[in-house]
Amino acid sequence: MNSCRFNTVVEFMSAWNGSAREFILETSRAISASSVFKCRNTFREGVRPSGGPDAVHPMQKRVQETMGAVQKSYQEINEKIRKGQAVVVTAEEMVGILRKKGPARAAREVDVVTTGTFAPMCSSGVFLNFGHTQPPIKAGKVWLNDVPVFAGLAAVDIYLGVTEPSLDDPLNKVRPGTFEYGGGHVVQDLVAGKTVVLRAEGYGTDCYPNRSVEMTMTLDDFNYAVLCNPRNGYQNYNCAVNLSEKTIYTYMGTLKPRMGNANYSTSGQLSPLLNDPYYRTMGLGTRIFLGGAQGYVVWHGSQHNPGVARLPNGIPRAPAGTLMVLGDLKQMSPRWLVGVSILGYGCSLSVGLGIPIPVLDEELAVQAGVSDEDIVTQVKDYSFTRAEPLCEVTYAQLKSGTITVEGREIPTVPLSSYVRAKEIAELLKEWILKGEFLLGEPQHMLPTASRRNKAVEETANEVPLA
Amino acid sequence: MHARTLVLRFPAEIVDKPIITHLVKDYNLTFNILKAQIYPRKEGMLVLELRGNRRDFQKGIKYLRDAGVQIEPVAQGIRRDDERCYQCGACTAVCPTGALHIRRPEMAVLFESERCSACELCVKTCPVRAMIVTFDKALAM
Repeated sequence: MNSCRFNTVVEFMSAWNGSAREFILETSRAISASSVFKCRNTFREGVRPSGGPDAVHPMQKRVQETMGAVQKSYQEINEKIRKGQAVVVTAEEMVGILRKKGPARAAREVDVVTTGTFAPMCSSGVFLNFGHTQPPIKAGKVWLNDVPVFAGLAAVDIYLGVTEPSLDDPLNKVRPGTFEYGGGHVVQDLVAGKTVVLRAEGYGTDCYPNRSVEMTMTLDDFNYAVLCNPRNGYQNYNCAVNLSEKTIYTYMGTLKPRMGNANYSTSGQLSPLLNDPYYRTMGLGTRIFLGGAQGYVVWHGSQHNPGVARLPNGIPRAPAGTLMVLGDLKQMSPRWLVGVSILGYGCSLSVGLGIPIPVLDEELAVQAGVSDEDIVTQVKDYSFTRAEPLCEVTYAQLKSGTITVEGREIPTVPLSSYVRAKEIAELLKEWILKGEFLLGEPQHMLPTASRRNKAVEETANEVPLA
Repeated sequence: MHARTLVLRFPAEIVDKPIITHLVKDYNLTFNILKAQIYPRKEGMLVLELRGNRRDFQKGIKYLRDAGVQIEPVAQGIRRDDERCYQCGACTAVCPTGALHIRRPEMAVLFESERCSACELCVKTCPVRAMIVTFDKALAM
């Protein structure tokens, strides 16, 4: 819904056909988007309106009185963080706070909700510059610890992708391959301060006569090292089972035959994008926890698909939004960037990612208080036996240890570390409470979905609005 | 009833003797062989779960020791590197005995070495190679 279409509250009300509760949320959103709120923001930034320091626009005052609408700005919350007065809770703690206090009080009392996730994220990698050699080389082929890296950039710029196996890896020649060492392991070795061997070859030019170099380097020796992951933090993901008669080895882990196990990989109620399902606080410039340091959201990730079917609470029922994130590798830690070998599938990197969600209003308080009971995903067959999903389950069911699929009890297996996800949310909370981490106000938002798409209306009676 | 999973090592000189047969017949014990291997230099290694009443069990162990068998609990040869393990839970998909399991609702991944049968399925399933098996490596060369 585009709130700007309505010139007056009356016009807006008469056009409304949703529930009273949704009306309150929509109204507060409409007001925050209107010029009234912008005027208030200007006041905060130092331009005083004619009514003196306490002046509030009459319409906004009325909304505050009648509906108790909470509106906070990034500047307001950052000011509290600087003064050490911000109230920061983890997304897990927010579940209980929301239940106990309700949306209005939760929104008034909590300023920031921290999230976290720690799991293999294959679309990750590092831009490196290894410095000009003497004589200089225009590197065309480069290996780090025998892992090929992309060198089709300027002379000594390279991109190290985390799923690249090492040159002599037997791959899946004998299934399942074990993929002992690859790009993700090189990333972890670099952040752990270990030495890596860089080998480069070039075809030689008048300006870059050198044709080959080999050197031993540590992360400090690189001029430039930026973790730049084109797709992290998938908003929801499938739960995988195997309907075939043979064990299969997938990026969703080992799947035993005849639905021997059901594997899933998100941190559920702690997962960043599940706590802000319409990406209202995420975009270019959102400051985040990345690999143990401060990083940023820079764009939407590859395969970002906000238009999937959603529950009335906004939670996508299938994989939806993704993030492209970036940060200085030299600040990061091997505890939060861990090289992994996925049996029969390949190498990857487990990435620690955490995003603070500013509670700007009641709607965000409700969304950031989402619990595992209110998040669903599809159970899908990974053996190419059946294309359509088998059923839909909640994360509360997945985390209980078993799910029931077609009348059978299947043990569930997490691939995403909830323990580490929680540790990230706690760390981020600590950073913010100490005033070391300020919120980054996004300068360009991610593409999002219409709030009331068809799928929501179809299921609107099944699940009440959170 | 007393039960333990043990790693038995048979020096080359006794590897062809019917030691387990005597253990079962003379000491009233039952067993479940989980793994058996003879190495190039003829040493034998057996992982087995041994059950019986406590007195018989102790006598049986004494018999094995007297016969020249070296005994160690299986836990001594299998361990988890807790620095590496980031507690995802992928290993619980393949662990047949529940030695690797999840404590809920915290979702902490636990390893109870007493329940481990030394099948080693977790070793390659663990994405960070946190499970370390050493008991059959010493003799493998």
